Amino acid sequence: MGASQSGGVHMYQDLADKTGFSIEQIKNLHNRFKYLTQDEDTLRREHLEDINNLALNPIRRQIIEAFFDTRNLGQKEKGCLQEIGFEEFVTVLAFFRPPKPHIAEEEKKNMKKEKLRFLFNMHDTDNDGVITLDEYRRVVEELLSSSETIGAETAKAISDAAMLEVASVTVGQMGPDEFYEGITFEQFMQILKDIEIETKMNVHFWNLDTRTIQCGK
Amino acid sequence: MVFNFDVRTHLSFFIFCVIFVYGFKANASVAYKTTTSPSKLPPWKTMGETDADPGKTQTVFTLNYPRIQIPFEITLWVLLASFAKIGFHVYHKITVWVPESCLLISIGFIVGGIMHLVHEQPPAVLTSNAFFLYMLPPIVLDSGYFMPTRPFFENFGTVLWYAVVGTLWNSIGIGISLFAICQIEAFGVQDINLQENLLFASIISAVEPVAVLAVFEDISIHEQLYIVVFGECLFNDAVTVVLYNLFNHIAVMPVVEAGEVFLDIGSFFVVGLGGVLLGLLFGFVAAFSTRFTGKVREIEPVIIFLYSYMAYLIAELFAISSIMAIVTCALTMKYYVEENVSQHSCTTIRHVIKMVGSVSETLIFFFLGVVTITTEHEWNWGYILFTLLFALLWRGLGILVLTQIINPFRTIPFNFKDQFALSYGGLRGAVSFALAFTLPETIGHKKLFITGTIVVIIFTVFIQGITIRPLLKLMNVRKTNRNLETINVEIHKRLMEHTITGIEDLCGQWSHYYWKDKFMKFNNRIIRKILIRDTRPESSIVALYKKLELQNAMEILDTMSGDISAAPTDLISLHEERKNASKSRKKFLPSDVTNMHDLLSKNMYKIRQRTVSYTNKHSLPTDITAREILMRRHTSLRRSLRAGSFHGTNAAKMSQKFLSLPMGQSLNSGFPPRRFGHTGDGDTETEIDYPSNRPMFRHPKRSSSKAVMPLRPLDTLKEVASSVNMLDEQNEQQMGYRTSHLRSNIRHSGHQTSNLPYGSSRNYSNKDCEGGEQQSWPSPHTWVQKPQNDVQQPLMRRPR
Repeated sequence: MGASQSGGVHMYQDLADKTGFSIEQIKNLHNRFKYLTQDEDTLRREHLEDINNLALNPIRRQIIEAFFDTRNLGQKEKGCLQEIGFEEFVTVLAFFRPPKPHIAEEEKKNMKKEKLRFLFNMHDTDNDGVITLDEYRRVVEELLSSSETIGAETAKAISDAAMLEVASVTVGQMGPDEFYEGITFEQFMQILKDIEIETKMNVHFWNLDTRTIQCGK
Repeated sequence: MVFNFDVRTHLSFFIFCVIFVYGFKANASVAYKTTTSPSKLPPWKTMGETDADPGKTQTVFTLNYPRIQIPFEITLWVLLASFAKIGFHVYHKITVWVPESCLLISIGFIVGGIMHLVHEQPPAVLTSNAFFLYMLPPIVLDSGYFMPTRPFFENFGTVLWYAVVGTLWNSIGIGISLFAICQIEAFGVQDINLQENLLFASIISAVEPVAVLAVFEDISIHEQLYIVVFGECLFNDAVTVVLYNLFNHIAVMPVVEAGEVFLDIGSFFVVGLGGVLLGLLFGFVAAFSTRFTGKVREIEPVIIFLYSYMAYLIAELFAISSIMAIVTCALTMKYYVEENVSQHSCTTIRHVIKMVGSVSETLIFFFLGVVTITTEHEWNWGYILFTLLFALLWRGLGILVLTQIINPFRTIPFNFKDQFALSYGGLRGAVSFALAFTLPETIGHKKLFITGTIVVIIFTVFIQGITIRPLLKLMNVRKTNRNLETINVEIHKRLMEHTITGIEDLCGQWSHYYWKDKFMKFNNRIIRKILIRDTRPESSIVALYKKLELQNAMEILDTMSGDISAAPTDLISLHEERKNASKSRKKFLPSDVTNMHDLLSKNMYKIRQRTVSYTNKHSLPTDITAREILMRRHTSLRRSLRAGSFHGTNAAKMSQKFLSLPMGQSLNSGFPPRRFGHTGDGDTETEIDYPSNRPMFRHPKRSSSKAVMPLRPLDTLKEVASSVNMLDEQNEQQMGYRTSHLRSNIRHSGHQTSNLPYGSSRNYSNKDCEGGEQQSWPSPHTWVQKPQNDVQQPLMRRPR
């Protein structure tokens, strides 16, 4: 990487500024990226599906989709990409950055909003800005799919219950002709405002990641 | 005035009891002392025979005190302590401001004073054996069993850090400073050497959770703080005891060798880990045993207690940390055992553990008070005051320093207020007290140490215990959020965890989520199959669901008889049908309650009345929704009652389909939310799975809904799975349950149901109902009883 070293550092710096990671972390993530894609330039879904541990995760499909979802990548139009580059990879991972210890209230709120937005996008697969019952149900079914004996009915019931709950909490008074379309992002934020998501939904990106340093060097 | 009278009568009764007891005891023991040679005389002539001729007559009335002396005295002491405890709660305000431990110690003072006056010796409960073998295990078992496991393991590192390193820091710091003080001639205690100082320091650095946790819970402090203090207290018991033994060993040796010290430090690890392993072993064995107790439900609680106690005793046998053993045993056991045992056994276990633990604790504080008055003290102003000072100082410093080091590793760092709460909450208590008494006699200033310990304990318990509450309130320390028990939150927590695990796998980073995940998989695949009778891994979401339903149902059942008769009296006047309804309701109540109770407690049901309770927690008035829900329920209730009975088993009865709205239809499609209201059912769903022999779920059968009422949106309802199983008892139960749920809403609605114009709403075009809804609905806070019940019923909760 001799010749491209300086170019690489510039790229890293830009990314660091944009996403808030440190240079060390970005380097580690780049190594990981190269490991995952087997040194290609772009990451496709197959690469992610190959990860063994991820295969056991009940919501792997949503997680993988999240990387290819344009909404997470800050783009205006909705849709999915087929392959992403390192920059997009890091952008999505930036959602999981832990907050710095002393940040302002405003920033904390923003972070919270972003993380909740990420979760919202995981639910809302058809990109219409609203989580409908079907979508919610699908997620719950997948979540519960790891326990084999829980029937589909239960999952349905639970998701229905959850929707009802949201409806009763957020919408409150509904006129006789209104109906409840689905959970909008504001409502989503409202029901989940009590989880301290900015502190819980974090991955500690260590500065020194020994697992992938061997590869590619 | 009446109130004061009550207090006075209570107090006077109490004092009378005390005096009576002591008078009697003193008398009895005096009497006993006078009959010194009972061996020759036949037993029935031992006492009380002063009037009759010895050896000739048979008396009608004899008194044989020595025979029952020991059990009698034990019972008397326990009773006395319990009276004290009852007495405090008469005047509720006291217990708010003064923690119970203070009150108990005060009563102990009084009793000690009385005993001192009659020159009576306190019972010999403070021997090492009695305390460590009989009084400590229940307290530790209580703490271990009711420890909230999830937050505990999330904060495990922090807890361990504070417990081990913190206690070490405290002991060594205090010990060395005291030694420095000893060098000052003015205090006259130069003969206390370093080892003895360290020993003393290790005794008084053990923090005790009782009073602190009570206060923390009362002010709903943030769960992070709660769990750190809790865990710290649990673990530092072990650490203290180890240190104590270590320093004890060193203190009595004339010369200290370095090799020995290292050996002792090594033994610390052996002790700690050994305790944990032993506890795990016993926990698994206990869980395994309960797998087979399906037919002998009565002895299930006994197994739990015995295994824990056995773990404790065997740990004591090998001189490894018995506290860690029993706590680990309780933790492991709880998870598996609670799935195997019956509901009754579960309740019994919890109840008994709490009872014995609290009795033990009460006794200890009580004796603390008594012994304070009755022992001889050696007082040394300088030493003792400095002890107090150093104890407070080093704890504060310790917390400060340790927190700075560990904060970067925590996802939720502790701010200064938290640290203050942590350090101020370091009250000393029972363990220090016992350890002080078991100091070896070879230590010259044993009495001084005992006095010092007692002073520290009393100071912290009284002064810190009383002031901590207003201080924390003043400082506005972080509170916990009790609104988190909703399905949505639970689902999203899980979602987050899986997402994070996934991302971590993706990035090749490991953290504790990874380990947790791995462990859960291992657990589900292997351990549960061995230890649990019915191994269906249960998701926490479903468990929460079940739990909330269960709570709801239990509550309803408990208040059924009272409230129902009261609530809809106005209802009756409005509509004759309702009159019938209420009548049949009343007939129904007595006979089936127990039955329903049993069945309900074990079964899975997916009824969605929960919505009402969530409305409580979020305290959104949503009057119309509430009205809709209630109306819906009333009409459903009426329907069900009209359908006949709750004992029927034929499918026709199943036609009372309180079909749920959200078979997705209404929320998604163009159905007005009125339906939300009126098809009854948004919340009473019929997807009630009734497993009979513990299979958790069953695939529901779909039967057509022969709804009796011409429900307008019936066409959609046909699709709805009426997954009611056709087993007899389950039908009954279902009916019963539905009714009970419906009743809950009647209850919830208080007495406002009169305002509902039921009219002839057999049909569900409840436009008129809706239109006619009155405004005088109970404000949500009348429902808020539900959440509070959650909080105050630890027995109902299954902390996860």
